[in-house]
Amino acid sequence: MIEIEGLVRRFGSLTAVGGISLRVAKGEVLGFLGPNGAGKSTTMKMITGFLAPSEGRISVCGHDVVEEPFEAQCAIGYLPEGAPAYPDMTPEQFLQFIAQVRGLKDDAAKQAIQTAAARTGLQAVLDQRIDTLSKGFKRRVGLAQAILHNPPVLIMDEPTDGLDPNQKHAVRNLIRAMSPEKAIIISTHILEEVDAVCTRAVIIDRGRVVADGTPAQLLAKSPSRRLDDVFRDLTTPDAEIKAEATS
Amino acid sequence: MSFWNSTYAVFRREFEGYFATPLAYVFIVIFLLAMGSFTFYFGQFYETGRAELDVFFGFHPWLYLFLIPAISMRLWAEEQKSGTIELLLTLPISVAAAVIGKFFAAWAFAGVALFLTFPMWVSVNYLGSPDNGVIFASYIGSLLMAGGYLAIGSCLSALTNNQVIAFVVTVVVCFMFTISGHDLVLGFFQSWAPLTLVDAVSSFSFLTHFAAIMKGVIDLRDLVFFGSLISLFLFINVIVVDQKRAG
Repeated sequence: MIEIEGLVRRFGSLTAVGGISLRVAKGEVLGFLGPNGAGKSTTMKMITGFLAPSEGRISVCGHDVVEEPFEAQCAIGYLPEGAPAYPDMTPEQFLQFIAQVRGLKDDAAKQAIQTAAARTGLQAVLDQRIDTLSKGFKRRVGLAQAILHNPPVLIMDEPTDGLDPNQKHAVRNLIRAMSPEKAIIISTHILEEVDAVCTRAVIIDRGRVVADGTPAQLLAKSPSRRLDDVFRDLTTPDAEIKAEATS
Repeated sequence: MSFWNSTYAVFRREFEGYFATPLAYVFIVIFLLAMGSFTFYFGQFYETGRAELDVFFGFHPWLYLFLIPAISMRLWAEEQKSGTIELLLTLPISVAAAVIGKFFAAWAFAGVALFLTFPMWVSVNYLGSPDNGVIFASYIGSLLMAGGYLAIGSCLSALTNNQVIAFVVTVVVCFMFTISGHDLVLGFFQSWAPLTLVDAVSSFSFLTHFAAIMKGVIDLRDLVFFGSLISLFLFINVIVVDQKRAG
């Protein structure tokens, strides 16, 4: 459902994404792993049409993101990094706005808001202003917004960041429950999350894919069979990048 | 998702946003106090003993100069600062729909503030018999002028994520548009520039066009001036926001 070919993104002289090709099929939960600044968020921003690719092609459900952004964006639910939402609205008003933009009317909108709020555990705070909510609730408002129109494609940038262990567990269950009918990409720093929810993991380092496989296949790459070690072996620590830049 | 449907969704969210914070109430109270005090104290509304609102409208351009940028500064700068722009631009909304929705919300808000000055109109009718046609035309002119200032402000707000910068730059640019018909500016050009250039500079002046409408005649030329000025700045606004994708 998501096809990415030769995706490149440059910011001035910096190449944030340097030629990524990927395919994600229905039923897959793809985990994006990589150190900070590896290009995970930039890739997600290009898939969702927020940033234009410098090179390459992205298609979502058969719609080219650059040529047919509307059709592609209708098929995508997106949780941007940091789960931004309008602070002066309540989750209810915010979700109503999203429903209206997504073309859901009256009963359909009400139904969608109820379902999304129930799935993300938002019912108790629906009438509280978003800027008064805790970090965990804000994140869940972002999640509810992303799944509101029951999109076939879900892109989530660090969906469990800032959640407590119980909430993390709940969100992972939610992702697993939705996964059979959707193509999902999540980015994460938390390696255990890959094991918990992902059917496939991609490790990105400095804008390139350095590993792609099921969690089990990735584990096999290290003698210790620990994902931390695989991650460390395949990615470049900051110190090395600095050393390279100065040399 | 039709263009107008998403424009309306953005309009509604933005318009309600003004009233969700104290901003709307603070603005309206200050707007009315300023309008009132300028007219009565500096304009010597009673002392002139004439049943007209010329003094009242005469202060509008100068009050707008500082108050309108206070409405427009948040339009885009705030979205960019808080990251909600990423959410907005990845929803299936065209940039033009977002720009127009936001502009009309700000304009409608300015319209509400202007409408609340109606006691002035009522009082002047109570005190004497003014030319209500002239007053009506002046209100229309004032609203158009507010729209002009807002379009400039909206466009400049998109260029920065800092609201203070947006405010200051908007005041300066609006000031130039306001006084370009003033003798001070024209005198500077008259000494050396050809007459056509002097006329061109003068024709960009809000004061000139507003003064024309304040005489009670809504001339097509003045309508075209404000209409095309608003369209031009909103068009640039769309380009500026669109450029952020390529960034």
